[in-house]
Amino acid sequence: MLEGLLDPARWAATFGAVDTFWIGFAVTLQVVIAGLLLALVLGTLLGVLSTSRSQVLRGITRVYVELFQNTPLPVQVMFMYMVGPTILASITGAPDPVRIAPFALGSLGVGLYHAAYIAEVIRTGIEAVPRGQMEAARSQGFSRPQAYRYIILPQTFKVILPPLCNQALNLVKNTSVLALVAGGDLMYRSDNFVSLYGYMQGYLVCVAMYFIICFPLAMLVQVLERRSKLRPKAKEIPGLDKLVAAGAGAAPAATDGQEA
Amino acid sequence: MADMIQIKGLNKYFGDLHVLKDIDLTVKAGEKVVIIGPSGSGKSTLIRCVDYLEEPTTGEILIDGTALTKKNHLEMARKYSSMVFQSFNLYPNMTVLGNLTLAPIKLQKKSKEEATRAAVAALERGGLAHKAGEYPQNLSGGQQQRVAIARALCTKQPIILFDEPTSALDPEMVQEVLDVMVELARENITMMCVTHEMGFARLVADRVIFMDDGQILEEGTPEHFFESPQNPRCREFLAKILH
Repeated sequence: MLEGLLDPARWAATFGAVDTFWIGFAVTLQVVIAGLLLALVLGTLLGVLSTSRSQVLRGITRVYVELFQNTPLPVQVMFMYMVGPTILASITGAPDPVRIAPFALGSLGVGLYHAAYIAEVIRTGIEAVPRGQMEAARSQGFSRPQAYRYIILPQTFKVILPPLCNQALNLVKNTSVLALVAGGDLMYRSDNFVSLYGYMQGYLVCVAMYFIICFPLAMLVQVLERRSKLRPKAKEIPGLDKLVAAGAGAAPAATDGQEA
Repeated sequence: MADMIQIKGLNKYFGDLHVLKDIDLTVKAGEKVVIIGPSGSGKSTLIRCVDYLEEPTTGEILIDGTALTKKNHLEMARKYSSMVFQSFNLYPNMTVLGNLTLAPIKLQKKSKEEATRAAVAALERGGLAHKAGEYPQNLSGGQQQRVAIARALCTKQPIILFDEPTSALDPEMVQEVLDVMVELARENITMMCVTHEMGFARLVADRVIFMDDGQILEEGTPEHFFESPQNPRCREFLAKILH
């Protein structure tokens, strides 16, 4: 086996076919981008709704999250692959099953799946902001949307950035599920190559290509985690000295001075 | 003096728990009222109702003659009252200056320069102007609470509510916060303060109120209150904490 691994002829054949791998790599990247967009938009929506005060909305998000988190992704994708066309046909009234392009199937598959996880990330991020923050905002007279915009979400964002990147990383790996439905992605093409020639070099190239997407993401997660733990440094306020000097001894009264 | 806060027949339930029982209380403009009582007596809930952080179950609260409602409470909060919390509740995503200028800029539509000038002046009163660019988590508890008070002053409302402002502080930081509050009490601002600091109550209160079990059991001037309280539960409470 080791001879096969080191065999220059096999490596030469593999690199001769490297264009196929790059095409698969490009397909994978496209699925990643589309899937991630879908997962972020849907996940954020579900996450915010799961903190709403409406029990119905919370219930709907709960069902979604549990359904997608507690069934395997390949099963979900196979299901959409087999049943989706029939459902689409009955919705659109087309006489024949409507085929779904592998690209759409893959993006939809990983997008819906990771939306469930991202919803949970967003929810825990929002819940991690202490209740007192909303109370302080309300007591100052901020409406709920204003409080979210200026006070709650900026704090949420900092907490969720590392786990969000982690989700992106997992999403990249999970796009390989497309190979199951002949999706033309990196995994599928590598698999084709290996079964055609019997050279395991194909998988090594495949591994390397996934790695060059995932490893930087993993590093990014670490950097973000470290940064989220840092204490913020004081900001320079331009003109502060002047203001302090001007205001010294002449601080205005606290209230507008309602008549006693 | 005009009535600034009128509480009429206020009841508050948390589920089955009856936290406030038929509270009637009027606070005049410029009056300093200190509320004391054991924990769980409803004193925090009472002042939280004044800021509408808790919605009254029955009864009503009038601020400067206008009843607080679900509809108008944000507007009323902007105009009349600000609150200082036990746990400071500064916004950690902003600098001290950001904390002080957010509401004036976004809600009161002040210019950035004007808000900054007012913020620096308010900080100076607490001796914290040099911390304007700092983030709250880099400040001590006492400093954070003084910033929170400055934040409440920046919006220039006629009512300030204190919900146990020194309870979360290390003992050595209590005084610096009380000093700012005593200083503030000299002004014509209406103050309601829930606290366990009896020295503070004696010094600044026009009226001291004792609450237990969701009711006001005793009220009067600090002299009356600390020298000759009538209610037995109040006497018992004072005996426990004034040793």
